[in-house]
Amino acid sequence: MKRIDTAKEAKQNPSYFEALVELLFQLADDDFIISFRGSEWLGLAPHIEEDVALSSITQNTMGHASLYYHLLEDLDIGNADKLAHERQAVERRNASYFERKNGEGSYLQEPYYDWALTVVRQFLFETMKKVKLETIINSSYQPLADIANKVLMEQPYHLAHWRMWLKQLLGSTEEAQNKVQFQLEAAWPACADIIGLGPKAFELEKHHLIAGEDYLRKQWLKELEQSLSLPSSLFVDNHPARGRYGEHTADLDQALSTLSEVYNSDQKAVW
Amino acid sequence: MYIYGGASAADHEKDTEKHTVFMKRIEAGEKIEADDWMPDEYRNALIKLISMHGISEIMGALPEKEWVPKAPSLKRKLGIMAKVQDEMGHGQLLLRVAEDLIKPYGKNRENIMQDLLNGKLKFHNVFHMPTKTWADAGIVGWLVDGAAIISQTNMLDASYGPYQRALQRICQEEVFHAQHGESIIMALAEGSNKQRDMLQEALDRWWSSLLMFFGPASATTTGSSKQEITTKYRIRKSSNEELRQAFLDKYLPRIFSLGLTVPDETIHYDEANKRWEYKQPDWNEFKKIISNNGPCSKQRLRLRDIAYENNRWVRQALAPQAVVS
Ligand SMILES: [Fe+2]
Ligand SMILES: [Fe+2]
Repeated sequence: MKRIDTAKEAKQNPSYFEALVELLFQLADDDFIISFRGSEWLGLAPHIEEDVALSSITQNTMGHASLYYHLLEDLDIGNADKLAHERQAVERRNASYFERKNGEGSYLQEPYYDWALTVVRQFLFETMKKVKLETIINSSYQPLADIANKVLMEQPYHLAHWRMWLKQLLGSTEEAQNKVQFQLEAAWPACADIIGLGPKAFELEKHHLIAGEDYLRKQWLKELEQSLSLPSSLFVDNHPARGRYGEHTADLDQALSTLSEVYNSDQKAVW
Repeated sequence: MYIYGGASAADHEKDTEKHTVFMKRIEAGEKIEADDWMPDEYRNALIKLISMHGISEIMGALPEKEWVPKAPSLKRKLGIMAKVQDEMGHGQLLLRVAEDLIKPYGKNRENIMQDLLNGKLKFHNVFHMPTKTWADAGIVGWLVDGAAIISQTNMLDASYGPYQRALQRICQEEVFHAQHGESIIMALAEGSNKQRDMLQEALDRWWSSLLMFFGPASATTTGSSKQEITTKYRIRKSSNEELRQAFLDKYLPRIFSLGLTVPDETIHYDEANKRWEYKQPDWNEFKKIISNNGPCSKQRLRLRDIAYENNRWVRQALAPQAVVS
């Protein structure tokens, strides 16, 4: 495996460069949208301690997104803020499951948000993130491997937090169990997209940027099995929107118009 | 609120003695701890003050959080997230202090939250204004937090130890909040005409709330004032008007140096009396606002109400043996 130390080197091989950019968008967009959904919960969490914990996790996650967008900026793909705020839905590479609205209503009015959805989603996200990052620390692109190492220092706390929530809810009232189970059933079809690497999966593995999909799936199953009983075939790719391929739902449009509302009111301004 | 009568007649004499010792302690600058004996009047004043402070931190996060998902850059997103998280943290810290004080009355957090929702517990309603633009997020960080710092600094030596220590920590964090707000303000002040206008409009919008926040100069204005009790028990030092003057001293020069104005043509510094002369805010309006009738108080309480109802199943799931009401 050839180690690539700089953005300049990475740009010399077009196949390598394109695969790297694809992966960075997946990582950045996942963290970015998850953090956005988390930020909508502010002030509405089940109790005050959770509000503090959730906003801390949400903030760290936005920090991670920012690191990846800056790696893209270093590769001359564009200014980090521009990449975060201006790209259209079809250009986004986050798993489409992560963009789902938190529930009925909006964060400003009548927010009937679903904590069970949030717990299930954050848990699937954090386990996926762990599995991917644990292979990315050996990535051929050194700047990315360095960031993976850094992110992995914080990430175990996030995962532990959601693992605990999942365990607590699954071990309590029937109502809580049913709500979580309902959300798990709804999530299973999205799993192939979540752990997937999109159209450049082959190149990503070939260039040793991240491990291949088969390995990631195997590792992820191991993680999930610790906390959940899984359906017999988890990775049936029948999810209607494959986010890794730029296919998204209307929920992403809502997210993008909210998160870039001020930015778009004057894209040239310094805010 | 949990304002209960104190001792029976038989205990009265013993309590008078305890009271004398208590007053000697605080006058000597000693700190009172949660388990120490304290007069009911003191305990009740603290409960009122600290639960209002705690709930105000939490409710106060709501106007600001309207702009968290919309913050216009990665840096601003991170900054405002950190800031609002701190405010929730302040609320949590203060509610824990309040919880220890209401424990002898058999009350807990749940009671505080319910008092908030049924309107018995008040919060700083003057800050429950509509936030129309991103500039409001800047004004909140810079001036609302600026005002809060001044009023909190006034209690940094409060006689009640747990509150005094919580305030030490809170005030340290507030310094960063003011910097966060100032940085947003500076970007807008140095930005396009549209950005400057946005900033001036936000300042105009918040001005009278900022003046009102410190409360009326004397009890005659609204018919009641907590000033006397909190001063007597060495919880606070300066008067409402002294605090307002300190705020004007600190911020008006900065406001003017940014080329901004305040919606008061008469405002000026009176050299002879060494004080700012300003147009009084509408104290009748103030009376209305403080009973949870701020322009957006109801709307923001509604958010908490929905969250409370909507998450009931979660609280039930977390309860040791299920079934919270
Ligand atoms: Fe605060
Ligand atoms: Fe603050």
